[in-house]
Amino acid sequence: MTDEAKTQESEILEDIHPLMVFGQVVQGKLAEAVLSVELVHGELILGVTREGLLAVMAYLRDDPESRFAQLIDVCGVDYPDRPERFEIVYQLLSIKHNRRVRVKITTDEDTPVASVSALFSSAPWFEREVWDMYGVMFDGLADHRRILTDYGFDGHPLRKDFPLTGHVEVRYDDEQKRVVYGPVSLPQDFRVFDNMSPWEALTDVQLPGDEKACENPHMPKIGWKPAGKISE
Amino acid sequence: MSQAVEQLDQEHHIKPYTMNFGPQHPAAHGVLRLVLEMDGEVVERADPHIGLLHRGTEKLIEYKTYMQALPYFDRLDYVSPMNQEHAFALSIEKLLDLDVPERAQYIRVLFCELTRILNHILNITTFALDVGAITPALWAFEEREKGMEFYDRVCGARLHANYIRPGGVAMDVPEGLLGDMADWVDSFPKVLNDLDKLLTENRIFKQRTVDIGVVSSQQALDWGFSGPVIRASGLVWDLRKSQPYDVYERMEFDIPVGTTGDCYARYLVRMEEMRQSLKIMKQCLKEIPEGIVKTNDYKVCPPPRAEMKNSMEALIHHFKLFTEGYHIPASETYTAVEAPKGEFGVYLISDGSNRPYRCHIRAPGFAHLQGLDFMSKGHMLADVVANIGSLDVVFGEIDR
Repeated sequence: MTDEAKTQESEILEDIHPLMVFGQVVQGKLAEAVLSVELVHGELILGVTREGLLAVMAYLRDDPESRFAQLIDVCGVDYPDRPERFEIVYQLLSIKHNRRVRVKITTDEDTPVASVSALFSSAPWFEREVWDMYGVMFDGLADHRRILTDYGFDGHPLRKDFPLTGHVEVRYDDEQKRVVYGPVSLPQDFRVFDNMSPWEALTDVQLPGDEKACENPHMPKIGWKPAGKISE
Repeated sequence: MSQAVEQLDQEHHIKPYTMNFGPQHPAAHGVLRLVLEMDGEVVERADPHIGLLHRGTEKLIEYKTYMQALPYFDRLDYVSPMNQEHAFALSIEKLLDLDVPERAQYIRVLFCELTRILNHILNITTFALDVGAITPALWAFEEREKGMEFYDRVCGARLHANYIRPGGVAMDVPEGLLGDMADWVDSFPKVLNDLDKLLTENRIFKQRTVDIGVVSSQQALDWGFSGPVIRASGLVWDLRKSQPYDVYERMEFDIPVGTTGDCYARYLVRMEEMRQSLKIMKQCLKEIPEGIVKTNDYKVCPPPRAEMKNSMEALIHHFKLFTEGYHIPASETYTAVEAPKGEFGVYLISDGSNRPYRCHIRAPGFAHLQGLDFMSKGHMLADVVANIGSLDVVFGEIDR
């Protein structure tokens, strides 16, 4: 079978995947709110507008065809290069139909996101964590305190521009007889190796000179294995 | 006498006061600070303050290669390390589309079930300790030590195993281990029966747990509960059955389900789960095939040491694997396993480099602890302790 035929076949298969069918039904019902329906590694991902979040979540929870009664998790992801740098990701689980769906919205530092705490009791702590780690505000969240970091902590540690070492460290002050915060001082910086090399890794990392190697048809591309001898 | 009554009366009308519980309280099961609003002895509101153990695991993982990130998973819920490694390994395998040799899958399931038993021993006995029974802990910890010896023998560590690796397990089981485990599986029901005799019909234990912290099935869903807690509320739900991974679909076992959803039901579910785990272990030990224990794709798993003595390619691969690691094409997955405490999930985003772009950890205890407030409302102060014990919280995973 040629590669083209293979991709065509996989496209057809993807189209008839029951989760994909379900995703398209949701998109059909809530066309304004659902921006994208994707299937990645057999997992359904719905891209949703910020305004349409509550409608989609309510639909997913209450519709007899979906019944996603459990909000399993909420987390943030930071992409500093994007205009709306934060992605808020909701993992939903339907025990009735035994399937999962992932709902994604985007936002930036200043725009609050509607809280789903009125729909799911499990939401507040997850949203507090996102606030703590990324500084995304939730509209309608009753308890908007930080959750994981220390009392009086400054900054949002999981943002990509927050340094791994943090800004402050604690020490015991003998004069004040208590633990105090001070600026972090490390004798050596955290060493980041980029590890770029011409070693053929699992992805195509293109380095200067690679184009010569790619011309060689005998060069193994992915997954070197010893010829014929596997230690049993 | 009348003075005492008067005093009692005065105390009863005292205005609601706030009480601090923990973070150094032995019944807090770790560093939990609980701010309780009390009306006399009755809890009106429980506000858990967590994060005292926050180590920034998710941030650290973003700065490590996939292989270096694995040991962090042992240190989350440090009483069930292998189950969490399992979740991380499965998520990487999903992203790489990697097949795991059958023997490795059996070893994984075998040790995950051993871990479940070790976890439940710890939970049940410390829970009993919290509500007044000291003997179960003394008796069962000896047995827990035996289980950890198996850990020791298979990977060299009693707790932080770093054993389940993407593509298989770190090394094959040493000679004689499977036989000794089979002996232990045969002898363990006696310990379970002892625990059963000590606790199940124990009057004090029942007084402290029956009808305490009742969670209805609707509440369990709404609050995102999972694992033994959701099963105790009457929902038949187990990821090992409904979304099986590795060789779980071949395993014959039952899902124990409670009816009342109280602390006692959660205890009963855990007791029965241990018996079911024994059943799975027995089946694994019977069916485990011979063969390799990690994938022979040397881009992901190191080649055998003997081969490195003779083969230049093998040596290079070993070196590159432990310095650069492997790259994972840009993609994402949410992979969950049935950890002893409930659904443990890893949301992994890769960007084509050798380090995770984002690795979010979904800890079951996090969701459970959030429910402590509604479970404790209207109960006495001492019942809060029973609730914490029955939820099986470990702060390594909650604070991350």
